[in-house]
This record gives sequence, structure tokens and C-alpha cells, in this order.
Amino acid sequence: MHIPDGFLSAAAVGTTYIISAGGVANAVRVTKEKIGEKHIPMMGILAAFVFAAQMLNFPVAGGTSGHVIGAALVAILLGPWAALIIMSVVLIAQCLIFQDGGLMALGANIFNMGIIAGFGAHYLYRFIGMILGGNSRSKMVAGFVAAWGSVLLASIACALELALSGTSPVAVVLPAMAGIHAIIGIGEGLITVAVLSMVMATRADLLRLQRV
Amino acid sequence: MNKKWWLIALVFCLVLAAISPLASSSPDGLEKIAEDKGFINAAEEAPFEIVADYAFPGIENEAMATILAGWLGTLVLFAIVYGLAWLIKSKKGKTLLNTD
Repeated sequence: MHIPDGFLSAAAVGTTYIISAGGVANAVRVTKEKIGEKHIPMMGILAAFVFAAQMLNFPVAGGTSGHVIGAALVAILLGPWAALIIMSVVLIAQCLIFQDGGLMALGANIFNMGIIAGFGAHYLYRFIGMILGGNSRSKMVAGFVAAWGSVLLASIACALELALSGTSPVAVVLPAMAGIHAIIGIGEGLITVAVLSMVMATRADLLRLQRV
Repeated sequence: MNKKWWLIALVFCLVLAAISPLASSSPDGLEKIAEDKGFINAAEEAPFEIVADYAFPGIENEAMATILAGWLGTLVLFAIVYGLAWLIKSKKGKTLLNTD
């Protein structure tokens, strides 16, 4: 879902850059207060994992592929602000080193895959956890739905930016983006649950890190 | 349990990156829609190339070029975010209270 340069209007570029820069600045502030010794390797590992996992495109319907965003997993494990920092660094590295996602579109990509996906997953996870309770099976259900929803929400944000930029009419791009990402999101959900259960089985203590 | 759990986790991430040549090369959701709905031509190439398209430059073998790009990114991201987190933690101020 990395937007290349050329798809967004100057207004969309400017707005998303301002929001994302403000978000990242606040993320550093919040993280500074809550971060502990154990967060340091965890944050590094999750950044490495998000990058590696994003390279693994899986085929979905009709000659399309999808890859995980990873924001949901990070937001569930570490909280949405730490997730925003991690996603931002991944997206900046992908843009600068690998030419994946445009430099002008970087603000929008951080907004979609860092802020919308991360906070979307965080609130969905909490909301479903509240309804279902805290046992490990309901955590997995909540993790799946939060991850699926994070992809859908990010794709809707992306579609709206394209529509507001005049790149594609909203009636065309919104259902198309939401439709395909509702499918891609299933992959995100399955992989998120797989990693969550792996962490639960091997290092359950890491699940009890303070959320940032 | 191994105190350096993250070394094992990092190796796991490198293994993931190593299977990246098996990944689907079909366009992703956004790219496919841009093709189908006729706005793919609006996309502009980056004015610079470092490790473009996740292929390490100068490597003949495509799979190897992808794996090397994956390993580079995985290690770079671990190092940068580890360093950044360490830096943020070091600014935390001197408190004896451990929030872990």
C-alpha cells in the first residue's frame, strides 16, 4: 500500500506530512516516559520483523498480491505510540534505501500504515478484548479482527487521499481499495495471530511489557 | 530462557528475509487498482536509486540480490530502531523506578 510520488496533490502531501510529523513527535514524547530496558531489543526486533515480513507478498485474488503492514502486531505488543515510531522508521528506510513509497508521499504512508493502522488496531483490540474478556483465545480473536481492520482502515485512508487528490474518483477507488484489502487483511490477521501465539508460547513475559 | 532471546528472534527475521525470493511478484492492492483504474502512469520514479526494487545492486543472481537486500534492510532496521529506542530511554531521566 506504499503510495508512490505523483498520486497525491500538494494539499494531501502537506496535510499528511504535518499530521505524521506531529504524531511522530508526540510518539517520541510518550515513549520517553514509558520505555523500559526490555522495550529496547523488542522495538528493534519488531522493526526488523515488519521489514522482513513486508517483503513477503502473498498472492490474493485476480493477479494481485498483498503483504502484511505489521502495525497491528506492533501496536498489540507495544502500544500504538511505539508502533508509530517503528512503522515510521521502517517506512523511511523503505523510501530512502529501497525506493518503495515516494518521498513526497512519505507523510501519507506514515499516516496510513503508522497512525491509522496502528491506532485502528489498538482500539479494535481493546474494544474486542473488553467484550470477550482476557483469556488467550479471545486475545487471538481480538488480534485477528484488529489486524484485519487495520488493513481495511489504512486502505480506506489511502483511497480517500487519492480521491481528494483528484487521482481517482472516490466512487471508483474507495470500493476497489476496501474490497481487495478486506481480502489482504485476512492474511494480516492470520500472520498476526501466528506471531502472537508464538510469543505467547515462548516468551509470554514479553506480552506483559508496558504498552507505549 | 535465553536472556538474548532477541538474537534468536533476529535470526528468525533473517530467515524470513531469505525466503523473500519466493514471494508473489504480482502487483500489490494499490498498484493493481492503479493499473485497472488507469492512474498508474501518474506514478513518478524516485530521483535516486540505492537498493531499488529490493534488489541489491551488482548481483547477477536475482534471488541472491533480493535476499541480500532483505538481510540489509532487516539488519539496518534492527540497528536503527534498537539505537533509537536506547537513545529515547537514555533521555528518560534518572529514575530508579523500573516500569518493566
